[in-house]
Amino acid sequence: MLKHLFQKELSHRTSLVQGQVVPDSTRCVQCGICSFNCPVEIDVRRHAWRGEPVQHSRCLTCGECVARCPRGVLTFERTNLFTGSEK
Amino acid sequence: MTHYAIIGTGVAAIGAAEAIRGADNAGEISIIGEDPFSYYSRPGLAYYLTGELDENLLFPYQKEDYQKLRARFHRASVRRILPDEKAVELDSSARLPYDRLLIATGAQAIALKIPGVGLNGVHKLDHLSDARTLLANAKRGRTALVTGGGITALELAEGLAARGVKVYYVMRSERYWPNVLDEIESRIIENLLAREGIHLYHKNEIIEILGKNGKVVGVRLADGRNLRADLFAYAIGIAPRIDLAQEAGITCERGIWVDEFMHTNQPDIFSAGDVAQVYDPASGKHVLDSLWAPAREQGRVAGLNMAGQPAAYQKPAAFNVTRLAGLTTTIIGAVGGGRDDDLEGIARGDSETWRQLPDAIVAQGGFEVNRLRLMIGKQHILGAIVMGDQKLSSPLQTIVRDHVDISSIRAALLARNAPIADILAEFWAKHHRLQILQTLEKN
Repeated sequence: MLKHLFQKELSHRTSLVQGQVVPDSTRCVQCGICSFNCPVEIDVRRHAWRGEPVQHSRCLTCGECVARCPRGVLTFERTNLFTGSEK
Repeated sequence: MTHYAIIGTGVAAIGAAEAIRGADNAGEISIIGEDPFSYYSRPGLAYYLTGELDENLLFPYQKEDYQKLRARFHRASVRRILPDEKAVELDSSARLPYDRLLIATGAQAIALKIPGVGLNGVHKLDHLSDARTLLANAKRGRTALVTGGGITALELAEGLAARGVKVYYVMRSERYWPNVLDEIESRIIENLLAREGIHLYHKNEIIEILGKNGKVVGVRLADGRNLRADLFAYAIGIAPRIDLAQEAGITCERGIWVDEFMHTNQPDIFSAGDVAQVYDPASGKHVLDSLWAPAREQGRVAGLNMAGQPAAYQKPAAFNVTRLAGLTTTIIGAVGGGRDDDLEGIARGDSETWRQLPDAIVAQGGFEVNRLRLMIGKQHILGAIVMGDQKLSSPLQTIVRDHVDISSIRAALLARNAPIADILAEFWAKHHRLQILQTLEKN
C-alpha cells in the first residue's frame, strides 16, 4: 500500500519533470475557463496573462485546462527537450 | 508627480495602467469608467452564455491586483475632454486634471434600425449586463431568432442553443462568414451548427420585429415570410466610441487616429484598444484592430509612452483565434476576400498522419473535424486557417509573421494531393532546430 503511494508520487513527479502546461498569451482572452476547470484551483489564467508556464507545485498535469480552453491557448509541452531521447 | 488619467476599464486600460505603474512608481493613476462591472473578459461572455463559465470567473483581476496598481477608480462617465485645460469633466461636473490622458473607450455594438427594435425581448451582446438580460430571457423551450454575420452572432446562437432555446439563425450571405472562410469551411461550421439544433436561413434578412403587448412574438423576413419567436438577438458589427475624442478636436476617422506611439494629434493625449485606429507601417494606413491581445499590447505601449519610456507599437500580422461551432479556429494573415492571382490556396482535411506525429507537442485533441488551409505566395506563406487540431497553428503564426522563406518546400506543398501538414511539420522541426542551434552559437 505504502509502496503504491510512493510509486504514484514518483510518477506524478516524473510527469511534472517531463511536461508542463505552457500558455500562448497572444491567443488568450482571459475568459477563465482554465481556472474554472482546474481540479486543484490553480489560477491558470494568471499564468497565461503573464505568459509563464504553469510551474505550480500542486499542478497534477491532468490536462483539463488544455482540453477545455476554447482558443487553444494552452499546450502540454515536454520540458526535457534537450536531455530527452529523440523518439 | 505625474497624474495619469485613463478613460475606460477594458483590457487596453488595464494594460496601460500596468505599464505606467511598472515605469512610474510614484505617479497617480485615475481610471474612469461607467461600466458597473469594471474590468472583465468581454470575449468570455460567449462562454458565460453557453454555461461553460460562472459569472464570477469573468473577472481576471483580484483585489491584490488592484492593490498593486494603486489606481483610483471613478465610477462615472466623462462628459467632455478639455485639452486646453488638461482636464476631463465628469458627469457630476467635477473636473479631473491630467498630465497624460489615455482614451480607451472601446467600441460598441451597432444598433439595428428596423421597426420593433425597442420591443422587450430584443437583445445585443455588448456588456455583461446584456448577457445577464439575455440569459434571464433564454428559458428552455423558447424560440430565438438570431441575425448577423461573423463571430458574435454565432456566439449568441450557440449560447442560446446551449441553454435549450430553439434557435433560428438568419444571415444575409449564402453561407457562413464568406469573406473569411472558404465554401468547405463554411459548410463544416454549418453542419456542426445544425447538429447543435440551430436552423439556418441563408440569403435572407429581417425587416421587422413583430410584437404584442410590447414583447417580441416573431419577425418578418425580407422574402415575406413571418417566423414566430420569443426573443430576438443580433450582432451586426461594432463601432469605435469616438464621440468624446471628436468633440475635443482630436483627429478621428473610423477610430481615433494614433501614431506608432499611440499618441493622438493632441499633446499628451493617447489612445489604445478598440477605439484606436493605429498606424500600420507595413501598409502605410491607419487600421482598426478590434481584438483582445492587440488591445492589451496597445495599452501597454501607450502606458510606457505616457510614463516617458518611448516604445513603438508593432502591428502584428493579422491573427485571430476563435471557436466556431465547437471548433477552435485560428485565422492567420491573408486568408480570404478578393481573388489574387499571385496566391495559391491549398487545403487538406483529416486524411493525414500529422496529428499523430510522436514528437509534436500535445495540444487540444479529439476534434471531429480538422482542417488546414494555406495561402502560398512566391516565397512565403501569406495566410492560413487552422481548424480543429491546433498543433501547426503556432508554427504557422511564426512562419507568416516572420516571412519565413518556404521556397524549399513550395513545390512539394503545391504538388497534387500533397500531405501539406506533414511537409509543414517536418519543415518546422528543421527550421526550429536550426534556430535553436543559431541561438546557442550566438551565446
